[in-house]
Amino acid sequence: MDDFASLMAGFQVALSWHNIGFMAVGVVLGIVVGVLPGLGGPNGVAILLPLTFGMDPTSAIILLSSIYWGALFGGAITSILFNIPGEAWSVATTFDGYPMAVQGKAAEALTAAFTASFIGALSGVILITFVAPLVASFALRFGPAEFFAVFLLTFCSFIGMGRENRAKILASLCIGFLLAAVGLDSISGDLRMTFGSTELMRGFDFLVVVIGLFGVSEILLTVEEGLVFKGKQAKIDLRVVFRTWASLPRYWATLLRSAAVGMWMGVTPGGAIAASFMGYGIAKRFSRNPGSFGKGNIEGVLAPETAAHAAGTSALLPMLALGIPGSATAAVLLGGLLVWGLQPGPLLFIEQKEFVWGLIASMYLGNLAGLIIVLATVPLFAAIMRVPFSYVAPVILIVCAIGAYTISNSIFDIWLMLGFGIIGYVFKKLDYPLAPLVLALVLGDRAEDSFRQALLGSGGSLNVFAANGLVGTLVVLAMLLLLWGPVTDLIGAARGKGRQPEKPAAAE
Amino acid sequence: MKQHWLAASACLLAGVTPAFAWEPTKAIEIVVPFAAGGASDQMARTIQGIIQKNSFSSQPVIVVNKPAAGGAEGMLDIQKSAGDPHKLITTSSGVFMTPMATKLPLNWTEYTPVAMMAQDSFVLWVNAKSPYQTAGDFMAAAKAASLPLKLGGTSSKREDNLIVFAMEKAGGVKFAYIPHASGGQASTQLSGGHIEASTNNPAEDVANWRGGATRPLCVFSDQKMAYTTPVADGKSWADIPTCPSQGLNVTYQMLRGMFMPGKVTKDQQAYYVELFKKVADTAEWKDYLARSALVPDYRDGDAFVQFLKADEEKHAKLMSDAGFMAK
Amino acid sequence: MTLQTETEATPRGLSRRPVERIVALVLIALAAIVLYDSYGRGAGWDNGPENGFFPARVGWIFLAASLFILVQSFRSPQDGVFVSYEQLGQVTRVLGPLILFVALIQPLGLYVASSVFILVFMSIVATSRWWSIVLTAILVPLVCFWVFELQFRVPLPKGPLETALGY
Repeated sequence: MDDFASLMAGFQVALSWHNIGFMAVGVVLGIVVGVLPGLGGPNGVAILLPLTFGMDPTSAIILLSSIYWGALFGGAITSILFNIPGEAWSVATTFDGYPMAVQGKAAEALTAAFTASFIGALSGVILITFVAPLVASFALRFGPAEFFAVFLLTFCSFIGMGRENRAKILASLCIGFLLAAVGLDSISGDLRMTFGSTELMRGFDFLVVVIGLFGVSEILLTVEEGLVFKGKQAKIDLRVVFRTWASLPRYWATLLRSAAVGMWMGVTPGGAIAASFMGYGIAKRFSRNPGSFGKGNIEGVLAPETAAHAAGTSALLPMLALGIPGSATAAVLLGGLLVWGLQPGPLLFIEQKEFVWGLIASMYLGNLAGLIIVLATVPLFAAIMRVPFSYVAPVILIVCAIGAYTISNSIFDIWLMLGFGIIGYVFKKLDYPLAPLVLALVLGDRAEDSFRQALLGSGGSLNVFAANGLVGTLVVLAMLLLLWGPVTDLIGAARGKGRQPEKPAAAE
Repeated sequence: MKQHWLAASACLLAGVTPAFAWEPTKAIEIVVPFAAGGASDQMARTIQGIIQKNSFSSQPVIVVNKPAAGGAEGMLDIQKSAGDPHKLITTSSGVFMTPMATKLPLNWTEYTPVAMMAQDSFVLWVNAKSPYQTAGDFMAAAKAASLPLKLGGTSSKREDNLIVFAMEKAGGVKFAYIPHASGGQASTQLSGGHIEASTNNPAEDVANWRGGATRPLCVFSDQKMAYTTPVADGKSWADIPTCPSQGLNVTYQMLRGMFMPGKVTKDQQAYYVELFKKVADTAEWKDYLARSALVPDYRDGDAFVQFLKADEEKHAKLMSDAGFMAK
Repeated sequence: MTLQTETEATPRGLSRRPVERIVALVLIALAAIVLYDSYGRGAGWDNGPENGFFPARVGWIFLAASLFILVQSFRSPQDGVFVSYEQLGQVTRVLGPLILFVALIQPLGLYVASSVFILVFMSIVATSRWWSIVLTAILVPLVCFWVFELQFRVPLPKGPLETALGY
């Protein structure tokens, strides 16, 4: 085991005192950056990058990748406490995390989210450690047709089962697609639906829309019931962590499935955002009690977090092995590698062995350090729910505004956020589901681009989506997932007509 | 976290630096109108590193990516910041092409040109397993193919698309041009065999060349590149033949430069010209040029403006020939 | 996720049906704009889809879905309360200061605007002592300034006050 020896050597490099120090600093900074919407992992990494030029590359990359871990962990905190996703990949965490917090189970939700993140990331690192070359070559099999099939699969796994008002699901999905289409169309190079406005030219940023739809609208809904938090007060101490842990083994199947989904999406590279939605959708599909999703089911927190982290971590693999960044943060890290004169690509594993294995070892350690640090903060964050509403609400709204502004330094985006806040409020009251909108917004244009790329290459023939085993399997799988809901409905209806028709579930 | 402190004390120590008529009073922001990780971004981050490592400036430098709408977002931002001496933007030929293709109200003459740092070459790449050894082989195959061969590049109606259009005209063939979000993506698609060729910049494909996944056929220039250090299989950038020498008469190069917003004072402009002159003289910069196989071509002042005027005219002609101008 | 309390002793307020219809009509109008724009740019199939192809197809589905929602609102027998006047009052007490805040960012800069926002919001809510309101209004912008401006070097909109202080 040559690789194993290299890994052990890597641990020795990573375990020096100053590297552990960098790890802790990076994780804490990453949590801060992940908690504040608008400041993402890429910001933290980009800002520290110049500071690291003086360090040796291994220490520098340990510091920077620890920010990445911290940001991955931190994104869940505001999703659960305030329904505001700090990062795009924690949107799906809000679906059940926030209802849990409202029921007074904020600490359980946070513990579940952090632990799931750790499990996800760990599976991603193990993947990188043992099968790096094999998996890297698998990623090369993904052309535009295969990418489209992956996005289709994500949509189908998430949408197919809706028992809400179907016309409203459809309308919400369409709004998401159309918002995604605004701006420059990358295939034709023309502007679409901007009507001459330079503000619209930028398109609708995902985070601006989500901060408005989820965060601001939730505050408006909250104050209807009086100017206090909905969250029930619960006794919070560190023991809750262990109690939650004791209940986790029960969900091993969910965790395993989500980790697999995440690794797959990270390598292909469909990305952490798509992975979190797909993880959630699949957990709901396989659950014995799908009706409880969206109402505070702990599986609805575990599944997206595991998947997002497995994907976020595996995304570093294509970066190292192929030089393609799987995420925005990875892209900035890639820039950093180049500045240090390290050329990512197939030869990095051979020429810069010590560096690569140092990085991989630091992934194990940084992740563990991250878990310990965030778990220690669970009581702290859960205690925020006890601060009077009149103090916390304005601070949340100000931070939301800052988050919306920083995305592209535009005050127009703050107005947009406010507008989407009101839209979200009206939609939630009228039972329009918001999740399909968000999913279509984040994946819609990428799905369209790969569809059109595929057709450009095939000369307009749709056969390209059945051209090989890989793409064919993906498409068939997608169709199966899409039809699962209606088919089981039919079977259920045929079997027992006496069963009560389920009431349309509210919102998500 | 103490970078402002460090920068401030570094400035005190380096008291020997010549006094300028104007000096920045807060952080200098370099706007990159492309996504993080791309070639422009790499250049900006390299410059950032060089300035901070050598304490060329008393203030820190930050890089901000504004990639939306094919770079128009970043350009609009600079247009709106007229008079702000703490902002810079990295530019490529997109400075002409984005307004031409989208009809957005943008014009480089409203910015202040600072310096041209280099010119970037374009290379015709194919998959290492493909049978093509020369550009001639490739063009012949394109002619014989029943379905147009797939050629990948970055974005639509931009540099790569122009080259492919010129190749079609030169060879009397038809290609299926497939736009990608970045050169890195095009490179990956090429090594996976999903496209037949790409027209990436050297830096965008070097990793896959070294890894044995792709192979350069020719460089779209009248002259070979200058770098003779071996890169892959004992071959160097200088060993790549020129496309015209292989019967494919297409040449194209792209400027990489720095602009400031409009309405800044002469002193402010002079400060940055001086700054980039120093950057261009460092060993780190020369390393970067060699690594990315950029053609060193530093220009400032009038020489840069003349170059821009000529280049704009050339692009206007290319764009309207190709039918890429917005109607 | 709304806590439905409307069924008990219906309080006075905006009823649900007209709101449902207005939203459906707005969606129909949006669909019409999308279709107009897409067909204007070409929504056909020219060796693969043109750039308006997808938006146009989605636009048609969108139009159908919103028409269906409109028809549904006429057919559904029950009508609930969308929002009671009391709730609407509460929402306005938050939304009002929020709109003021966003409007003030341009002229005053984000930090001063957030200070004003906290003052107005907390006085309207009126559950805190005046000195804690003032303290929050001063501390929160200062902390934000320290985090974003000094530490992360993220430039936020600034107004006359910051300029006077030399930032």
